[in-house]
Amino acid sequence: MISEELQRIGSTTQDEEDRFEHQILVCKGTACISAHSEQVEDALKAELEHQGLHTQCRVKGVGCPGLCAAATLITVQPEGRLYKEVQPEDAAEIVASIKSKAVQRLSIPTNVPFFQRQRKLVLENSGVVDPEEINDYVARGGYNSLISALTEMSPAEVITEITKSGLRGRGGAGYLTGLKWSTVSKAGGAHKYVICNADEGDPGAFMDRSVMESDPHRIIEGMTIAAFAVGADQGYIYVRAEYPLAVKRLQAAIRQAGKLGVLGNSIAGTTFSFNIEVRLGAGAFVCGEETALMASIEGKRGTPRPRPPYPAEHGLWGYPTLLNNVETFANIPVIIREGSEAFAQIGTEKSKGTKVFALTGCVNNSGLIEVPMGITLREIIYDIGGGIPNDRPFKALQTGGPSGGCIPKEYLDTPIDYESLMQLGSIMGSGGMIVMDDTSCMVDVAKYFMKFSMLESCGKCIPCRVGTTQMHNLLDKISQGRATLDDLALLEELCEMVKRTSLCGLGQSAPNPVLSTLRFFRDEYLMHVVEKVCPAGVCKIHHEEVTHS
Amino acid sequence: MKTTTQTMNRVKTLKIDDRDVSGSEHQTILDVARENDIFIPTLCHIDGLSDIGACRLCVVEIKGSGKLVPACATEIQEGMEVFTQTEALAKYRKLILEMLFTEGNHICSVCVSNGHCELQYLAARLGVDHVHLPYLHQQRTVDASHERFIVDHNRCILCTRCVRVCDEIEGAHTWDVTGRGTKARVITDLNQPWGTSETCTGCSKCVHICPTGALVEKGKSVAEMSKRREFLPYLTSMREKNNG
Repeated sequence: MISEELQRIGSTTQDEEDRFEHQILVCKGTACISAHSEQVEDALKAELEHQGLHTQCRVKGVGCPGLCAAATLITVQPEGRLYKEVQPEDAAEIVASIKSKAVQRLSIPTNVPFFQRQRKLVLENSGVVDPEEINDYVARGGYNSLISALTEMSPAEVITEITKSGLRGRGGAGYLTGLKWSTVSKAGGAHKYVICNADEGDPGAFMDRSVMESDPHRIIEGMTIAAFAVGADQGYIYVRAEYPLAVKRLQAAIRQAGKLGVLGNSIAGTTFSFNIEVRLGAGAFVCGEETALMASIEGKRGTPRPRPPYPAEHGLWGYPTLLNNVETFANIPVIIREGSEAFAQIGTEKSKGTKVFALTGCVNNSGLIEVPMGITLREIIYDIGGGIPNDRPFKALQTGGPSGGCIPKEYLDTPIDYESLMQLGSIMGSGGMIVMDDTSCMVDVAKYFMKFSMLESCGKCIPCRVGTTQMHNLLDKISQGRATLDDLALLEELCEMVKRTSLCGLGQSAPNPVLSTLRFFRDEYLMHVVEKVCPAGVCKIHHEEVTHS
Repeated sequence: MKTTTQTMNRVKTLKIDDRDVSGSEHQTILDVARENDIFIPTLCHIDGLSDIGACRLCVVEIKGSGKLVPACATEIQEGMEVFTQTEALAKYRKLILEMLFTEGNHICSVCVSNGHCELQYLAARLGVDHVHLPYLHQQRTVDASHERFIVDHNRCILCTRCVRVCDEIEGAHTWDVTGRGTKARVITDLNQPWGTSETCTGCSKCVHICPTGALVEKGKSVAEMSKRREFLPYLTSMREKNNG
């Protein structure tokens, strides 16, 4: 029986761990690897050997503990000492201190809001398990949710659980996950597909990358439960090729899961079979749009098509298809394990559970955080984020990337959920959060995002193709101090038209950064247009004398 | 009972611009509107090819829905109330046409398709008497390497009718699209000169289905390039007969 097998693996892995008095966990996420964490790992291993402590302490590579700004991060267990900015040269000192006091100059206090205000469900294993080792995931209860779904629940019961949990799509739009699953389960078809959208593309967003790098099995487990619930037999994870480490770990995880028998044919001895393949995106932002993503998997040019028909009815190769984002799937094992009621207790009335954010920009603690829905923006920026460097004044928070908007300080006490952010002209989005202080110019920010949308527009529909270019050119003109009030009126006219007439979500939301900055920072636009001044001093305005002859 | 209702083609009644109309299920709003002489402008749509909803000229409003939908790619529903001629739609459609003029380099007075151009016709019909958006003045190329035809990218509006007719009707799939945004353009084979294409059959379907002067026959002077499209409805109806 597979559940006994999992239990056996769990206890041997635990026994193995218990043989050591101490463990040093070294982050092997992309940020830490680029700060030489692999060399730190080697140095620590060599040092343990050198100091004769290798039988009492082991070194384990783990995923991201979240505080990416302080890479390389290592944790010494069981004391829970967290060290920042560790270099290979620090290895001797760290190893020598294992049985005594912590190395003060490298320590980060863990009793601070950055850690205490977070609520980790999706990231519960990040920074704890070895992402390249399935046994480590199993030892922490991994794949138990899948086994209990397969052996104790019917597909309909699984869907009811997900529906009752209130989970909503974490890709940005917030569609009810249970409802989506139930629609796909009702669709008829010889095949059905489950697709994990891992084409994370918003500038400054790295939530999904981190989950894939830190805990890839969680996504596989979530997808397999989904496949069982909707009746799918084949899955795809569509990952952007710019995430080589995530791709490598997912592929390894798929192989390991197949070997263990929790993926593939006749999973856990049942009649249910499900396989997963990884497909690489070739660097187009629009391929995060579901219909474009499916076209890309089919080997076609990745452009969107009008909906309906929705993927639930007519998806990949014409078959019913369930598409969810990485974080959505990563929530599934928790919901099955803890039950929908426990999950639904976290969050607000309409937005349940937690949300992972990539906190970046002008903030002291930048990195990856997971917070309960309903937490205020102020708590995120000032408690968890530790405020703004040099105590500069807060100006705006950008959420939702090129589809989102900028929220000014008047709304810092807004509790985060899908609806409240939308009311503020922004969106929850996939979880990018960029903090801006008074050195940021809102026209410049809008121009930056419009340039992004312009370069990423696929060119299929006219409003997005030409409209983003026209809007970008107008913003450029404003930022150079060459624009008139007529140009500003034209910009607003284009925003409305592109928003209403574009074919897909990329085009429809491309004007959002402009609309939201115009709503809250119109004065700043007017300063550029009328006074020819950039209040933040960002835009280079050349004052040319106009000579009349 | 169930099987009979499923195979039967159901009739649906709806309102378009406050007129009671009817159609059979799976017909699009555009089909039903045209049957009833209700004008909805289109550029990427052409009877006989698949619809892609890309030009957005045919977007219409539906009562009770905040979203605009493309009439060419939206099936009718029982009780639907469609509005094709609102003030907002008129404004959006004019802007779309203006955008096309600013994106390409359309100079009717020297164009072989002058007087036979769908873009020109729609602009006149929808009242685009001037362009208030700045021109983009893009550098675009002309490929005259084919012995009988020319592709002038300055006049291409990326409707992709050529791509679809070549793929769906001729079965050659010589044409495709490369690049993104305003840099997107149609290409032959693996982005090589049309004259060197090994898949092109020289059937000229793309040339005659092109709404503007982007695809034309060689040897035509200004305003001489009228397009002959009879083949498409003919082929479509013959194929339907053979399949049905």
